[in-house]
Formats: sequence, structure tokens, C-alpha cells
Amino acid sequence: MMRALLLSAAALIALPAAAQDVAIVNAKLVIGDGSAPIDGGTVVVRGGKVVAAGAGVAVPAGVERVDAQGRYVTPGIVAAFSRVGLTEVDAVSGTNDRSAPRTRFSAGLDIAPALNPMGSPVAVNRASGVTRAIVAPASSSNLFAGQGAVVDLADDMDMVTRPRALQYVAFGEDGSAKAGGSRAATFLLFREQLLAARSYARNPATLAEWGNDAMIQRADADALVRVIDGTTPLFVRVDRAADIVNVIKLKGEFPALKLVLVGVTEGWLVARDIAAAKVPVLVSPLTDLPSSFEQLGATQSNAGRLKAAGVDVSVGVFDDDDAHKMGYATQYAGNLVGLARVPGASGMTWDQAFASISSVPARAVGMEGSIGSLRPGHAGDVVIWDHDPLELGSRPTAIWIDGKAQSLTTRQDRLRDRYATPQEGALPKAYDR
Amino acid sequence: MIRGVKGSLLAAVSLALVGCAASNGETASAGDKPAEKPVKFNKDPYPSTYKGYPARLTVVKGVTIFDGEGGRIDNGSIVMTSGKVDRIGGPDIELPTDADVIDGTGKFLTPGVIDIHSHLGDYPSPSVEAHSDGNEATSPTTPEVWSEHSVWPQDPGFSRALANGGVTSLQILPGSANLMGGRSITLKNVPSRTVQGMKFPGAPYGLKMACGENPKRVYGGKGRMPSTRMGNFAVNRATWQKAAAYKKKMDDGKAVDRDLAMETLAGVLAGEILVHNHCYRADEMALVIDMSKEFGYKVSTFHHAVEAYKIADILAKEGICSAMWADWWGFKMEAYDSVNENIPLVYKAGACTIVHSDDANQIQRLNQEAAKARAAGRRIGIDVSDEVAWTWLSYNPAKALGIADKTGSLKPGKMADVVLWNGNPFSAYTRPEKVWIDGALMFDANDPKRRPVSDFELGQPGEGDVK
Repeated sequence: MMRALLLSAAALIALPAAAQDVAIVNAKLVIGDGSAPIDGGTVVVRGGKVVAAGAGVAVPAGVERVDAQGRYVTPGIVAAFSRVGLTEVDAVSGTNDRSAPRTRFSAGLDIAPALNPMGSPVAVNRASGVTRAIVAPASSSNLFAGQGAVVDLADDMDMVTRPRALQYVAFGEDGSAKAGGSRAATFLLFREQLLAARSYARNPATLAEWGNDAMIQRADADALVRVIDGTTPLFVRVDRAADIVNVIKLKGEFPALKLVLVGVTEGWLVARDIAAAKVPVLVSPLTDLPSSFEQLGATQSNAGRLKAAGVDVSVGVFDDDDAHKMGYATQYAGNLVGLARVPGASGMTWDQAFASISSVPARAVGMEGSIGSLRPGHAGDVVIWDHDPLELGSRPTAIWIDGKAQSLTTRQDRLRDRYATPQEGALPKAYDR
Repeated sequence: MIRGVKGSLLAAVSLALVGCAASNGETASAGDKPAEKPVKFNKDPYPSTYKGYPARLTVVKGVTIFDGEGGRIDNGSIVMTSGKVDRIGGPDIELPTDADVIDGTGKFLTPGVIDIHSHLGDYPSPSVEAHSDGNEATSPTTPEVWSEHSVWPQDPGFSRALANGGVTSLQILPGSANLMGGRSITLKNVPSRTVQGMKFPGAPYGLKMACGENPKRVYGGKGRMPSTRMGNFAVNRATWQKAAAYKKKMDDGKAVDRDLAMETLAGVLAGEILVHNHCYRADEMALVIDMSKEFGYKVSTFHHAVEAYKIADILAKEGICSAMWADWWGFKMEAYDSVNENIPLVYKAGACTIVHSDDANQIQRLNQEAAKARAAGRRIGIDVSDEVAWTWLSYNPAKALGIADKTGSLKPGKMADVVLWNGNPFSAYTRPEKVWIDGALMFDANDPKRRPVSDFELGQPGEGDVK
């Protein structure tokens, strides 16, 4: 019985499908913008985009109908801060393109050509409901880590949704280590590199004049010019309350900077400053240990308190889990719902929590009009779930990305099926597939 | 989790066990000849001073109970007295009239969670270099080190494991840099000024061993043996051989120069110290099993056991537990073949199944990890009830630690290590409401005074905050 079931699952391995017009009806429909789920909802996707979503939406003639049978239907999860596509096995350095410890370049690095859509983490994360990800390089020897991208997790070769969608820099203890050993050095190096880029923008010849004394390469200067003028959002890893305040103050000097704060462990201590500056944050919400002296105030109520103060809070899966376990986003968001029931703690409503892993991160990276929700005109990234997606162990039963039906089968599923009965049969396991 | 890839490797490297000596028993040693006055080595030189805090006669009624051994009682009641479980039952059991009575309607009651794999205290928060006390990575075999000598009782992580995870007992292991990392210790999750004040009374010691990538990388990187998996085994076998000779000398009543390393290994060969073996790959676990037979010891538990599903039948036959994550994968080569169904597949094969953390964050939600694993099993037709899945979190780890006669389930006479959850503990929306350890209320979500705050956090931002 189980064996038959497993085999049929394996047989479902699909080739990448063409964009199709599809209407998912009879859904518990989650738009993803913080509004409440709509029972009996319908979402219509045509030409790869959502054209209508809600109750009482008519299904146009000729469009395939999929009956969700009352299950949750949501936009795909947007991983708020990830390295998916940049690594296969973290400790196998040849597969790991997160960072470039020995390069002379910094801000100019662009992860786009390093992304591997065929990597198994893409398929595994997709099977957990993640359809888009904000991917940043990790910082290595230089202060600026380089330019990240917004990607999709479809099973095709074209992974990049928006290249050079962000610049990444770490302040705090990480930044100090790169800048020469102190926070003072970090802020000075940051400022001097931006000023050098600005001089270069005004007169490209200056870079040649500086010669070997130039503190940045041409490619880095090009990238930083786009940070200074606000074209490229600047994602800043920062945790200590005082560091957060000082990073926000950089906007006084560089007013067009489009800051997004990442980590923000002690953000709740300065929530009003963050809200007043209208700077969005990406947090890993279950961080509650004083893992370092810049995280002494860590609490799982951070996300809820920031949200209550009016800050745009995206929920992500950071650090060691950032390439392989993006699916933890739903678990973390669910925990925020649970926290709202704990005396003295702050969490989120279900609707807010879901938005924090869909439309809110899309907005943080400047793509609120195109991904992260099922509003008309958005990408046709749709997931049907077997249960409440914020509950433990819920899984997608169907996924579309840009209106294309996606395979949910992973290499892990193949291994599981092979060993559903561990003993060898008539032939060794190597023949069992 | 420790930040960064390097951090995760470090965390994976680190593993160990410390246990409390099973007794005050002493080992006979001897002079050159069969001894008339054998030298006695104290087996318990750092004895537990743990005592349960004052426990009130307490009743929780109208609650859904998972008893930890696979039993479930709806609309159940529990009576805790003098630090012990007095009885559990349905609505008809007789309840004392002079007890503190808690209405558990809509709530769930379970034995406390037991984490068989933790580094709280030996890799504490903050994870600064000065606190890095989990790996004595100066020799591939260091069975002479005891993790209790590294544990910092002020690690703030203990309180998070209590308040968010309902963890009442945990094993602190040395790391996995070494083939033989040293002794582990089992603790009650009750704050104390001293590690002795946390030691689980009567728990046997464990020996942390590690196979695979970590030892060969650490020592190969230093240009010394072992630098390969075959080197791992060669060093292990040579060390076991030496231990067997040491033990024989002792057994024969001959004089030995006291050797703390050999003393630990002789304890393993005598069955007094339990082996907790970090091992990911199926083929390596199978080789370790043969090595254990070659030298006459038993592996209690394979930790991490990412590929346990490939040899679940062998693990069942050998009676070896697997302590596993629900879904960790991809951080290193030997974690590449992870499957989300590992835990349910091991369970289905009839092998001892444990959910572990190895992580100061995930120890706070082992119930959630079990829930994910159970859901993955259900999708392939392995249906595990809530109450059976709880055995992965309390009774099975208690068995593997040698403390199942004292805790891990709600049988009368056992320690009243109990969690009252504000909903079904297999939901993301549920948190502990109250935690009793030896019948004493050590956490109460409704009472900020029943929330431990370590010395480290006093006077710091967020002191006494919800965490």
C-alpha cells in the first residue's frame, strides 16, 4: 500500500511546464497582503499573472479549473533573506558561492551568474512552498559583500527575477572585523567608499588618478553609485540597538539611501526610531539568545513589538539555515501567531504573519507590485497547501510559478522511496528507482 | 544556531556527554599481586548535590494527557505529591481535597522534554571564544575529559529551553572534533550555582564518540592521524585494545597506574558508561556496530543518524537508538542524503526513535520538530498518533540515557517532571504554560517571578523579559 503510494509519487516527476491559464476554485484564499482568508475564493492566472482573486470571481471560458476542495491557497512564500542557489553543500567549498574570501572586488560583485537553478536546494525549498527569494551574497573579506538578486525557484534555467536588486553590507561585529577592527573603522570605511564612488560618478577620471591608492575598484564604484542614489536598496546586517540608530543616521548624510535592516535583534529597543525613519526590517523572529554582546536584548517578541510600533517587518530564515531550509519561514511565522497568546509576549495575527513571509518582504525589496501577493497583475505564484500553511508539517500539494505548474519531487523524495523498505530485494538498492 | 557556515560546522563538530556517576561505587584496583588491599578509585568524585525544590500537592484536571509511553487520557487528571507523580487517570480518579487544583480544560499535559544532545553550558551564550569549552581538540581521543568540567551553569540557554521548550532534563555532550570526545553529563534543567547542583542524581555517565568528517578533518588538518575514515577506525581500535588490556588488569586484581582515559573506556566495556556516537552515514554506523562487537561494548545511541533510514532494520535488530533532526540537511557532505521521513521511517522499522537538537535554538521547540517529522510520515502512510510521537521526546531519550526508571513518563512514583501546554504541543501555536521539575513549579507563563534569569542577564537589556 505505502509502496504503491510512493511509486505513484515518483511517477509524478514533471518536466517544466509551459505557462498555463488556470483558475483555482473553492479555495480558502489568502491574498497575502494582510487581509483575512476568503472562504470559497477563486484565483485566476492567465499569461503567467494573476488576473483576479477573491470571492465571486468568474472563471473565464477555456481556463482550466482546479478544485482546491476548501484548502488553503496562497501566494508562494517569498524568502526574505537567503542564499538559495548559491550553495549545494555548505562545507564543500567548490559548491559554495556565498562569498568570495580572496577577491579584490566588493560592492561590484553580482551573484547572478553564480546562481544554480539545478541545485537540489532550489527544488527542496520549492517543495516547501517557497517560490521567490531575496538572495544576498555573504560578506567575506571586504565591507561590502556585493549585489544580490530576487530569484524564482521554478524548475527552469532562468532563475533571476531582478538582478542587482540589493547591495549587502554587515555592520556590527562582522563589519568591524572587515573594516579593521572597530565600529569606528566600519563607519569611516563605509563613508569613504561611498564618497569615493560619488567622486567617481562626477568625474570617472578620478579613479585613474588615485591609481593604486584607490580604495575601490571601478566595478565597485559603479555599484555604490546606485546605492547612493537609491536605485539599489542597501541591506544592512545590524543587531545592536546603538548600531541600528547609527546606521539610520547615515541617511542624514546620504539622503537617497534606501535602507533595509537585516537581523535587527535589538530592534525593539529602538523601534520608534526605526518606524520614524520608515526603514523596513527583515528579522529571524525566534532569535532569543544573547549569542553575542550585540544581541543581549534578544527576544522572540522583537518582531511583534516592531510591528506594533509601525515598522514593516519581514520574517526570514537567516544564518546557518539560509540556503537549505527556507521552508522554516512558515514555521517561524506560525510561532509568531502562537506568541500572541503568551502573556507579556508580542506576536502577530495569522494574517499579519502570513504577509510577513509574502507581500512584506516583496515590498522591502521594492517589488510589491509584482510578487508576494495574489492581487491582479502579480506573478502567478500560487500554492495549494494540504493544511494551514503556518502549521507544522503542512506541505504544498501543487505549486505554480509564473503560471507554470511545478514539480514537487526532490532528490530527498527519491532517497526516501528507495529506502521505504530498507532491506535489499531481488537486486541491490542501486537498481531500485 | 551559531551564526554562519563556520558556526554550523563548529556546532556539528561539538558533541559530548557528561553523566553523573551511577553510584558512589568504587573500582577495585590493586597492587602488583592479587591485592589484599586493593586501591579504590572514586567513581563519583563530583557528586550531584541536586535536590528538587519544594513541591506542593498539585492536581491538574480536565486535561489531555500523553503519558510519555504512548498512552493518552482525554479529560484526564494528574496528582503530583512530594515531587513525584502520584497517579494519573480519567475524570473518575480520586483527587485530594487539599491540593492546588489547576483546570486543564483545552490544554495538554506531558512529561518534560528530554534532549539527549545539547551543548548548553559547554558552548554557552554568548558564544565568544572564551566560552568555547566543548571540544578538547588537542588529541583525537580524550576520554579522560568530562563535560561537566566545562559546563557553565549560567548559560542563558537553559532558561529558554525550559520556558519555550518544556525541557526538564538534558544531556550535555563534548563536541565531535575527537573520535572519543569525553564523558557526557545528564542535568536536570534547574538553575544552580554549580554544575553539581544540576546533575541528574543517579544518571549513568556517557561517552561521546564521533565518526566521519569531523575527526578526520580536524586532525588531518593538523597533519596527524586520523586524516581518513580508515584512520578514524584505526585510532579507535588501537585505543579500545589498550582499554581492554587495562580493564583486564583491573579485573584480574593487578596493579594499574591510574589512567583517567582508560578508566572511562573500561567503564564503557563494563557497561557502566553509555556510548553516544555522533554518526551520519549508514555505512559508517554499520562499521561502528561491528567495532563495538569486536571490543565488547554497546552503542546506546547514534546521534544525528541522518542516514538511519537506510539501515533502520539493522538498528532495530541491534537495539540501538537513533537521535535525529526532523529536516537538517546540506550543511556538510555526510548530511547530504537527509530525508524528511528519517524519523518516521526509523520508527516504522521498530527501532528506538529520538528527536534531538544539538542546538541552543532548536532545543526550544523539539515538540515542533517531532510534529514536522510526524507529518512527513503521515504523507507516506506512516500514521503516528500524538501520544506515540511523544515517546520520541521523553521516554525514548530517557531510556537511551539510562534514566527511564526515574523520569520520561508519567508513571506513579516517577519524578514529577511535567509540562502543561496551552494547546496541543504539536501545533506551532502552542507554548508551555507551566513546567514542574520534581514537582516544583519552575516556570509559569502567567507569573514573571517563575522565569529564571541567569547571572549573565542580570542588569542587561531585556532582563526578565519574555524570551
